[in-house]
Amino acid sequence: MTMTERVARLRQQSLEAVPTISTERAELITEFYTQNHGFISEPVRRALAFQYLMEHKTIYIGDGELIVGEKGPAPKATPTYPELCCHSLDDLDILDSREKIPYKVSPEARKVYEEKIIPFWKGKSMRDLLFREMTPQWIAAYEAGIFTEFMEQRAPGHTVLDDKIYHKGMLDFIEEIRHSLANLDFYNDPEAYDKQEELRAMEIVARALIRFAERHAEKARQLAKQTDDPQRKAELQQIAEICSWVPAHAPRNFWEALQYYWFVHLGVTIELNTWDSFCPGKLDHHLLPFYEKGLADGSLTREKAEELLQCFWIKFNNQPAPPKVGVTAAESGTYTDFAQINLGGVKPDGSDGVNEVTYLLLDVIEEMRLLQPSSSIQVSKKNPDAFIQRAGRIIRTGFGQPSVFNSDLIVQELVRQGKSVIDARCGGSSGCVEVGAFGKENYNLTGYFNLPKILELTLNNGVDPRSGKQIGLQTGDPTQFRTFEEVFEAFCQQMNYFIDIKVRGNQVVERLYANYMPAPFLSLLIDDCILRGKDYHNGGARYNTTYIMGVGLGTITDSLSAIKYHVFDQQNLSMRELLGLLSSNFEGNERKRLMLVNRTPRYGNDDDYADSLMRRVFEAYYQAIEGRKNTKGGEYHINLLPTTVHVYFGSVTGATPDGRKAGMPLSEGISPVQGADRRGPTAVVKSAAKMDHARTGGTLLNQKFTPQLLQDEEGLTRLTHLIRTYFKLDGHHIQFNVVDAATLRAAQANPEQYRDLIVRVAGYSDYFCDLSKTLQDEIIARTEHTSF
Amino acid sequence: METLELSGILFDIRRYSVHDGPGIRTTVFFKGCPLNCWWCHNPEGKSPEIEIFLRENRCIRCGACLNVCEVGAIYQHHESFETNRALCTLCGACVEECYAEARELVGKRMTVSEVLEEIERDRAFFEQSGGGVTFSGGEPLFQPNFLAALLQACRSQGIHTAVDTCGFASWDTLNRLRTDIDLFLYDLKLIDEERHRQFTGVSNLPILENLRRLSAFGHSIFVRFPIIPQINDDAINLRQMVEFLLSLPQKHPLDLLPYHASALHKYNGLGVEYRLRETPTPEQEHLNEIKNYFESYGFNVRIGG
Repeated sequence: MTMTERVARLRQQSLEAVPTISTERAELITEFYTQNHGFISEPVRRALAFQYLMEHKTIYIGDGELIVGEKGPAPKATPTYPELCCHSLDDLDILDSREKIPYKVSPEARKVYEEKIIPFWKGKSMRDLLFREMTPQWIAAYEAGIFTEFMEQRAPGHTVLDDKIYHKGMLDFIEEIRHSLANLDFYNDPEAYDKQEELRAMEIVARALIRFAERHAEKARQLAKQTDDPQRKAELQQIAEICSWVPAHAPRNFWEALQYYWFVHLGVTIELNTWDSFCPGKLDHHLLPFYEKGLADGSLTREKAEELLQCFWIKFNNQPAPPKVGVTAAESGTYTDFAQINLGGVKPDGSDGVNEVTYLLLDVIEEMRLLQPSSSIQVSKKNPDAFIQRAGRIIRTGFGQPSVFNSDLIVQELVRQGKSVIDARCGGSSGCVEVGAFGKENYNLTGYFNLPKILELTLNNGVDPRSGKQIGLQTGDPTQFRTFEEVFEAFCQQMNYFIDIKVRGNQVVERLYANYMPAPFLSLLIDDCILRGKDYHNGGARYNTTYIMGVGLGTITDSLSAIKYHVFDQQNLSMRELLGLLSSNFEGNERKRLMLVNRTPRYGNDDDYADSLMRRVFEAYYQAIEGRKNTKGGEYHINLLPTTVHVYFGSVTGATPDGRKAGMPLSEGISPVQGADRRGPTAVVKSAAKMDHARTGGTLLNQKFTPQLLQDEEGLTRLTHLIRTYFKLDGHHIQFNVVDAATLRAAQANPEQYRDLIVRVAGYSDYFCDLSKTLQDEIIARTEHTSF
Repeated sequence: METLELSGILFDIRRYSVHDGPGIRTTVFFKGCPLNCWWCHNPEGKSPEIEIFLRENRCIRCGACLNVCEVGAIYQHHESFETNRALCTLCGACVEECYAEARELVGKRMTVSEVLEEIERDRAFFEQSGGGVTFSGGEPLFQPNFLAALLQACRSQGIHTAVDTCGFASWDTLNRLRTDIDLFLYDLKLIDEERHRQFTGVSNLPILENLRRLSAFGHSIFVRFPIIPQINDDAINLRQMVEFLLSLPQKHPLDLLPYHASALHKYNGLGVEYRLRETPTPEQEHLNEIKNYFESYGFNVRIGG
């Protein structure tokens, strides 16, 4: 392990820094809106707001830092976005006091909210507007936990950067903007004025970022004057020089490239609290030319590059996710903001993309062991096995990173969605597992969809047993269904009904953001917003995708399998008896519950009885969503991932026919129900591969391994083979939790002794001790594949 | 094909088996073994008959087993439901009713085509990893015709085959099967004839002779040596092992398999007495000494396998 004294110190500071709520951004944005409420186009208003933030926010340069800039006034001082969602005093109290993932709120901050922020924004935020614009049907479904809404408190912005900033400075972007302005056709294009406003806004924000960097340069010069340490003085002078050059101009070397990206990252995440995951994407590809040039001309060594990257990593870790409001303030459980650095994969010409910087970055990931940024390996059939095995040596340390993606399938998925093959190869995975054409796509996750809850409504003729309200269709009295086909048909009708409701809501939300919350800074960075003179939220991107994410695939499959097998095929139970068991939560009938658990063909065992039902659910979900038109000229697609929502969805879903008790978590991603897979990892992989992953925008398969299975080189080789085989069968993604249950239980009992224990939760890793008890229990319950 | 309908008794088929030969493998466990080793970690493989296996900790005390048993072999004792194995006819009715899976029948009759179907499920993994199928047990050679048919079926499908054997079989049997076996995992425990009889119940003469002949035919063989403290890890046995292995026509790789008391719950579940309760797991240091000892004679040695 190599870490300089500087890096060790900065890393420790980052680990120990307590997340706090900073009101600086909220105060600045409130001041700005107080002063700028007249007739200004919204893009320009947002651009001026950005400029105001860049001009006035605190500039922080920490002692010893090589990469500079913070989203808040200091590391882990977390800004809020009251124009999007305004925290109430209750929210702040919950954030301050909750056991897991607290954000400390000082009395001063609370006072600022009480006196300035809340009075100005209460009832006027995007969140308030959004809920006002939804239909009663939407509200009922949302409250029942049938779906969630991503944009209720965060702005759309799920995208990742490509290589453009490594070739162009902000001044070059301004040139492009000028060119687009000059080409506006006011005689034939009815949108010419709107485009002019958008382009003007983009120029304002480009200049604002240059100014923001210059303020860092000024601060660095000032600090250089104050320090007596000649080495630090020289570093600060160099930092000043770098910040005066980038982002105005294209970077000239490795250090400038990293600093430039970091300014852009801050710009995007200060402009809006974008969902989510903004990151440099294929960092190994982007940095290689700078690395090679630096080594060749002697201006860089591997050690120096490593230290800069480590400092860069710490910067990510200093930025906790924007804290939630409302119900989720009590529950939501992560500081991670889902940046997922991609490694390996293929180059734009389709050749092997693994290079020296790939291995350097893997070293950095292993040494840093930080929650953020997350990382993934993009595995192509063209990549060497050594690449997977190098990553496997990190995976087996139980750190949960990197996750593993099928690069060749991702290209196939993106091309199927209509991207050019080159744009597809420049894409990858982001957030949890979602694919996108980096730098060219607005791919927006809009909400999770609770598949088992749909079955619950179907089995209650459209009534939600939790509230007693008729919120779904009356698809018929289930005791009158004579065949399984009738059950499935009713399930599909309910699903289509709620998908319609969700899509209608989405169409409105998209227009709300296009009209009231444009993102000129993000638009600057995503092709072809400048060319089209259109905002990222208004169809400016080259590709525009809307996703709805299906959750609980294992639970719904096993539940349908239980109905088909026990009620119709074997007739062990009548539908009436089954409904009785569910409504009583199996009370006093553990034996029947165990029959459902242990005597049902279940997904994850390479058993076609269950797996073919999984395929039918997949197909029905796909047909309900795929290809619908969004408001940005693009289409809807599906993906299957849960983050942590399977816990929330489980909490609102009653007992299910697979023997799951009311309130327990649903299965996560496309993983089998916790404990249902009993035939080992190859059977899980076979079952999961029966899905047509190529027609999704991402699926998540979680596998838990005990460390023993991976302890030697042979174990790593077998892991490589398992991954290669899953990908040969066209699986999208697999991730490994390498821990044993005993360790997890010990961590649960003595959290303070296991503070460093990171587990993969879903598409990301988190500190185990920070997770809720329910989620901890759920992770422990996930099948452990022990050595035979 | 007629041989595809041949059947035998198995007690498990396990996928992603990682200690029974190269690559990712599926291990097929044959029921029935001519030896009766004190340390056996698969006691459910010893008897050639189907048996009933009880997992007390899973029982939910529902009593369904008691109600369904037609021969009165099940009786209630305090909280738990006990089985009088002498009366039990292994009809399986109680197992069928036990949704908690506290009662299981160990052993299942399967045809060659059924087993082959299971094996073929992981073909993609075998091909990727250079793996295949391992026939283990119990003792696979104890059901020679069934094994022969399975080996031929795998051969015709191009699946790599390994046989994990104690070597106690007639040379005629082994000679008939050996050309369909890609790899032998061949157990050697004790060289001393008398001690071998004492701890395994049979003579080791055919075992040693069969190994010599297989070695002479050029077969690929991993010798597997379970290290059982105080039974076969003494200097005399180690020296005799070296002498014997050096006398073989080939120098075979050697896997040292340290004894582990992990099978205790299986003995309890089967209602069988376990004679090695007090035996500890060998010390790592001692294992390393043994490894070094064999390596000093030029053997390729692994701990575990």
